Amino acid sequence: MNTEEKNTINPQPPANKGSSSPWRGFQNGDWADTIDVRDFIQQNHRPYLGNETFLSQPTERTEALWDELKALLAKERECGGVLDADDTVVGKVDSHGAGYINRDLEQIVGLQTDKPLKRALLPYGGLRIAAKALQAHGRDINPETADLFQKHRKTHNDGVFDAYTDDIRAARSAGIVTGLPDGYGRGRIIGDYRRVALYGVDRLIAERKAIHKEMQDEEFTEDWVREREEIADQVRALQALKKMAASYGFDISQPASNGREAVQWTYFAYLGAVKEQNGAAMSFGRTSTFFDIFFERDLREGTIDEAGIQEIIDHLVMKMRIVRFIRTADYDELFSGDPTWVTESVGGIGENGEPLVSKSSFRMLHTLRTLGPSPEPNLTVLWSEDLPEPFKEYCAKVSIDTSSIQYENDDLMRQYWGDDYGIACCVSAMRIGKQMQFFGARANLAKALLYAINGGRDEISGKQIGPVFPGVEGDFLDFEDISWRFDNMIGWLAKTYVKALNIIHYMHDRYSPEHLMMSLHDRAIYRTMACGIAGLSVAADSLSAIKYAKVKVLRNEDGLAYDYEIEGDFPTYGNNDDRVDQIACGLVEQFMNKIREQPTYRNSIPTQSILTITSNVVYGKKTGNTPDGRKAGEPFAPGANPMHGRDQKGAIASMTSVAKLPYEQSQDGISYTFSMVPRALGKLEEDRIDNLVDLLDGYFNSGGHHINVNVFERETLCDAMEHPEKYPQLTVRVSGYAVNFVKLTREQQLDLINRTFHSAF
Amino acid sequence: MEMINTICTGPTPVRECAVRTGVDIGPQTGGVVQSVETCGAVDGPGLRYVIFTHGCPLRCQYCHNPETQGKTCGEITTAGEVMEDVLRYKPFLRRGGLTISGGEPLMQPEFIHAILRDAKSKGIHTALDTSGFLGARASDELLSEVDLVLLDIKSGLPEKYREVTGVPLAPTLQFAQRLDAMNKKMWIRFVLVPGLTDSDSNIDAVARFIATLGCVDRVEILPFHKLGEGKYEAMGKPYALSNTPTPSRAELAHAQDIFAQHGVSAIC
Repeated sequence: MNTEEKNTINPQPPANKGSSSPWRGFQNGDWADTIDVRDFIQQNHRPYLGNETFLSQPTERTEALWDELKALLAKERECGGVLDADDTVVGKVDSHGAGYINRDLEQIVGLQTDKPLKRALLPYGGLRIAAKALQAHGRDINPETADLFQKHRKTHNDGVFDAYTDDIRAARSAGIVTGLPDGYGRGRIIGDYRRVALYGVDRLIAERKAIHKEMQDEEFTEDWVREREEIADQVRALQALKKMAASYGFDISQPASNGREAVQWTYFAYLGAVKEQNGAAMSFGRTSTFFDIFFERDLREGTIDEAGIQEIIDHLVMKMRIVRFIRTADYDELFSGDPTWVTESVGGIGENGEPLVSKSSFRMLHTLRTLGPSPEPNLTVLWSEDLPEPFKEYCAKVSIDTSSIQYENDDLMRQYWGDDYGIACCVSAMRIGKQMQFFGARANLAKALLYAINGGRDEISGKQIGPVFPGVEGDFLDFEDISWRFDNMIGWLAKTYVKALNIIHYMHDRYSPEHLMMSLHDRAIYRTMACGIAGLSVAADSLSAIKYAKVKVLRNEDGLAYDYEIEGDFPTYGNNDDRVDQIACGLVEQFMNKIREQPTYRNSIPTQSILTITSNVVYGKKTGNTPDGRKAGEPFAPGANPMHGRDQKGAIASMTSVAKLPYEQSQDGISYTFSMVPRALGKLEEDRIDNLVDLLDGYFNSGGHHINVNVFERETLCDAMEHPEKYPQLTVRVSGYAVNFVKLTREQQLDLINRTFHSAF
Repeated sequence: MEMINTICTGPTPVRECAVRTGVDIGPQTGGVVQSVETCGAVDGPGLRYVIFTHGCPLRCQYCHNPETQGKTCGEITTAGEVMEDVLRYKPFLRRGGLTISGGEPLMQPEFIHAILRDAKSKGIHTALDTSGFLGARASDELLSEVDLVLLDIKSGLPEKYREVTGVPLAPTLQFAQRLDAMNKKMWIRFVLVPGLTDSDSNIDAVARFIATLGCVDRVEILPFHKLGEGKYEAMGKPYALSNTPTPSRAELAHAQDIFAQHGVSAIC
């Protein structure tokens, strides 16, 4: 720790009274004495129960700035995805000077590098990978930077491969475990960026220093000394953050004194995080209602109007839309579409039963209209049956118009995570500033089933990957026999997988630590070891086929089972049929129990998710024919979705199957993607809004955890023609008739596109 | 009666079809269901569990559910079993309910009566989607279990109606008048098929009739679509409308205008 720090910090909280105090007019509470943003919100938030009519249109400045950015984004697309990338300066919180899109227009400032859409060089995860990422986009790393880094820094990737075992390497290359964050930032940590706005950086530095001091007398352990070093590094990260903000002309040592500053301070903290870490998912937290408290005060003081507030939110969101990392081709294949998961969680209900909905919750969603639809920020509505109806309706309306909102079950998650959690990445809830996760990869359960049949040999290469035990004998698969073999196989899989994650996170903490993000956490952190599974519906349907139909094994000359013939019918997951839905639920619990048996790094609590993002395609590619009739190479269904075309009873039956999956056994989240065309949701706009609200209430009431709602327009249907695997459930209903869009012939699809989009409205 | 028996001579009936006695309309009342849709959003208000029953006396040229016609057997089930499944979706049906569609539900009046009665007793909103041709088969008791009738009027001119459907128009109009006299809420639906049902005189006749009714809650003009065409191919049936285009926006607006001339506001 830098004991020469001259800056005399005043750890005393600013007064709540006095016209110039940044905390003037706020209701006092514990938050003034200790770092406790939740308490600040609880003391000061007043729920907004009205509708969206107060919202204003984008300002001229917003439109002009967004036009400039849109031109840059178009250029980025034309350049094949990457507009510009730094090949020389290693990215850190304060590595680059100030950068602007258009200084005269920007109300919220700060870029990851010196230019918009210029991607930073972040080699701490792995120098070779950083170089490969640049190469994938036609650039070379500056040889001096590479040389210097190579000589003086060990990277996360280097460390991981020093420790990987033969089993892990084999599992990794066979694709039974895929997506291990051994060469890119793990992400899925949300700093409580709000702290910077509420307390100012000096207070946070003082808090870190106090912790550093108070732990001096604790007994020596390796954990203790690691933590001590980390806290010292966190102080440096906070100092660097101040320096970075100062380069933009802002002194963030003290609390924000109005709404605009609150947004700017919070954004600076987030920006610091994305300057130094290329985490897979760099989520933003749960900020809109926090900001609202500042804006409400501004409104009371008469210093801003609605258009001004929306402008600030719009400008923040533009920044969230241009967070970029440079990735390798492999990574892009696994998580396609250049995602960053700048997830912002909106809404929810407090533990006191009061909605955490504010006007700024509306304003945040309204950016999808002022700026148009966008995948980022990943706007996530924390849904509760008790949310105010006008807010529910507004969410549904924006969802229908933009297909850009996802929903998660607040009534379910509040029981686990309280009322100040946010979503990291897609579905993972964590108490903000109190929790983080060691995330990574997925275990391929469908492939594990094939390994069980083949005695640990890979069904594609024939290589022995899993533990050696005799393969299935006889022509037909027997459910009891397979169940036993499968149980053994996933025991090995969980062991190999969790060991890999332990190594990865040990090395990540060591060689690519997130000091700034962690400086915005409490000292006591609840860490989860967040595993994942892929191929759930394939595995469940395969076991159902084995149980309820007759599945004949076809073997090649080496005795390797490579294909299956199914005689008879079997129930498939996605039809609200308990015979198979219980198999799926059982798989989730069974694998979770295997994970629970493993030791975990830093005593983290094991969890898992059922989430694939877009990797379901890659997992499918790496998996041979399966006993459910799926052909080798065919994509899996995404996340917890039923396999496309197998859900025959309509969307509600399908989502009811998904809702049965036990959250208790999958606390990192259960992802479900739901796609519908507008007409199938109702004839009139108000019908569609009511129906979507009822779908969400019904799904979450049934125990569902997460749902992506897609209400597609023409372009999307066109895309669905080319990529049917992405739209397993695109439903078209017309007066008593329902079709699954992807099952139609091309001609029919074209017909539908013409009718739905040109004719019918 | 005969028709039900005919339907059930399909290839592999799972169970004996003669479960229906025609007297008892309890949960054991049997019937044939072609398929269900758990997420219906256009056949009545709110989200709806839609049952497509088997069998239809009409042969509409544009029918998009031709599999419900003729001898192919759906799943033979009972009213009790149907309701058991419906109730599993109750959390979704807050503003919606149950719609019985087809086929023609009134081909199996006892079966649907039993379902409707059970649904009403469980507080579920009920809708009956029908052409009205077999309206006479719907007893007053049956209709008393129905909250909303979705009535298809495929043409307002007797000859045209026969051309489109193969059956006479009068029973449908009589049924509509009976429902009106009973104060039964109706949504009336008219399918606009270019070259078949889109003449001004035909639209005018439908609109003129609707204007005489007092209990019509909504009028929908449904644009013709060809989504059923593939099914005809698969079933080896000729499809008469393969060269018929879907109606343009202007044609739909024109039809709306004709309805409006009779004071009928139609949505499409």
